[in-house]
Amino acid sequence: MRIRLLTLTRAAVVAIGVASFLSVTLAGQAPAPSARPRRPAAPAAKARTAEGFPDLQGLYNTATLTPLERPDPNKLVLSEAEAQAIEKTEAARIERASRPSDGGRDAPPVGGDGSTGAAGNVGGYNNFWIDRGNSTIVVDGQRRASIVVDPPNGKVPPVNAEARKRAMAALRATPTSDAPENVETAARGAYDNPEQRPLGERCLLGFGSTSGPPSLPVLYNNFKQIVQTKDYVMILVEMNHDARIIPLNKPHAPAHIKKWIGDSVARYEGDQLVIETTNFTDKTRFRGASENLKVTERFWRADDKTLMYRFTVEDPSTWSTPWTGEYPWVVAESDDRLYEYACHEGNYALGDILRGERLLEAEAAAAQKK
Amino acid sequence: MIKGLSGTTIALAAAALTTTLVVNSTTAVGQGQAAYRAPRASDGHPDLNGIWQAMNTANYDVEAHVARAAMALRAGPYGPLPAAPVLAMGAIGSVPGGLGVIDGGGEIPYKPDMLAKRKENQEKWLERDPEIKCYLPGIPRANYMPFPFQIFQSSKAIFFAYEYAGAVRNIYLKDPGPAPVDSWMGQAVGRWEGESLVIDNTGFNDTTWFDRAGNFHSDKLHVVERFTRTGPDHLRYEATIEDPETFTKPWKITMPLYRRVEPNAQLMEFKCVEFVEELMYGQWRKNPLPR
Repeated sequence: MRIRLLTLTRAAVVAIGVASFLSVTLAGQAPAPSARPRRPAAPAAKARTAEGFPDLQGLYNTATLTPLERPDPNKLVLSEAEAQAIEKTEAARIERASRPSDGGRDAPPVGGDGSTGAAGNVGGYNNFWIDRGNSTIVVDGQRRASIVVDPPNGKVPPVNAEARKRAMAALRATPTSDAPENVETAARGAYDNPEQRPLGERCLLGFGSTSGPPSLPVLYNNFKQIVQTKDYVMILVEMNHDARIIPLNKPHAPAHIKKWIGDSVARYEGDQLVIETTNFTDKTRFRGASENLKVTERFWRADDKTLMYRFTVEDPSTWSTPWTGEYPWVVAESDDRLYEYACHEGNYALGDILRGERLLEAEAAAAQKK
Repeated sequence: MIKGLSGTTIALAAAALTTTLVVNSTTAVGQGQAAYRAPRASDGHPDLNGIWQAMNTANYDVEAHVARAAMALRAGPYGPLPAAPVLAMGAIGSVPGGLGVIDGGGEIPYKPDMLAKRKENQEKWLERDPEIKCYLPGIPRANYMPFPFQIFQSSKAIFFAYEYAGAVRNIYLKDPGPAPVDSWMGQAVGRWEGESLVIDNTGFNDTTWFDRAGNFHSDKLHVVERFTRTGPDHLRYEATIEDPETFTKPWKITMPLYRRVEPNAQLMEFKCVEFVEELMYGQWRKNPLPR
């Protein structure tokens, strides 16, 4: 069994998201082929459910070392050697981190050891937690350097003036569903109320848009389960046991019915499942998006072991152009299990975070009186 | 008395009626109404797909109980009165009566020393009921909370999604062996026995309750559920509950579940985690609201 996180019910710690992605410097630049048009699906990918729908069912692992955005705008496709170098670096990190620690070591220094993210700081995450896979993604036989394929530079477009204005006007330290904890949320006043903490810390949604839509790979707990029936598609997101219940060929819920993970409707188009999601709450805020966010997801079976996932994000109130990403959902290994992600039930952290801040304030007030 | 019928005929008719009633209230199949043959799903088994909901008071108390003023009570000059924290709820906070869902109308066979713990649970209900904190409900409670749940049955999988707290459980169709870790919703292994889906549930922790009345179990809980279609829009739900640490013998609950037949029926989002933040963390705001 590969190293993966067993979510214990007492585990309420939440993590760095986007910030955790490997930042890889690539050598040996070659002219960049862009994302190629879809090749016809292999015969194995033609499996159908009893209802005649493309059969997408199963347990999938979406962990990957490929980041959402890539550092080199000209290079979507990695050479085999480049991909192997990334994988070797991660394998070496895992090997180092798996060595027994010194039982006589001291506690981390007050304020952390200077390293970034939750894995450093006060030692919140050791290697037990981390499971972002051990390979880069492969799409149409190409090793990929980013999930984003459009814009062709592999970067999420900058948010527009309207979105910046909205962000400024929002509460200080606005929580977002993919806030890299410890980064955007440590601003002054960010510990005043539970509502100011990131959604992951509050156990409302997984961090890093793991639930989506669009669903993105994160530091750990990257399993998804898909069940298809005559009238529905159900996508279970491991973190936080969010079941996306998606009716086929039905209209959206009324516009004022907002949901944390949006209101999704689905249809089949040939070999593809197409899911369209709107009606997000104004608290979901995927990468600063507004409640006008619309996400279109397409799933199709590339081969026996692989489901392809392609998403397009649109929100004119946030980005001047739509943007698109794609990555495979890989069939889980036969001994992989999806465990219960009981986050809220063991969330001692949120209370402790707020209590800790009140304690610091009390200490500061006492010091001032002296 | 109906003219022309002999005493024997009446006796036979009465016996037949009794038989029908007995059959309907037990797990027997192949006779009377219980022999309803459900439409088949794509896996060839009875089709359990749909949105279902219980309509009874089992979530208040699985045992028979009369209506009372509130879940949390205190002594009043002429008998119990609503406790201060729930007083403002008035009639909305009162408890409807019910004859219970335990087979034979009985009581839960607690070991004598365990009854004291239930009493304590009732006295400290506001602090202890996991539902108050939006914790995962466990099995069997998830199936008779006042929220709908949805069964997804395909040729490859059976999956339950509950509106309350967004609880879920995947039903293993191949036994993966003993649960590797305890959980709130347990490990469910399903099999078909004729018209019934039988789910064997183990691997529970000791933190869920059966109802708001403080009925509890240990981590030795073992629940065997049977879901049987009894008509186009009805399921019979049965659960046999075993926990040698808490009960002297297994006991069983039975109830109908009703299909939510509204054309627009759907599971709504009920992320109650957000709703209990003020209760659980509000006192640690920088500027706490008055309590």
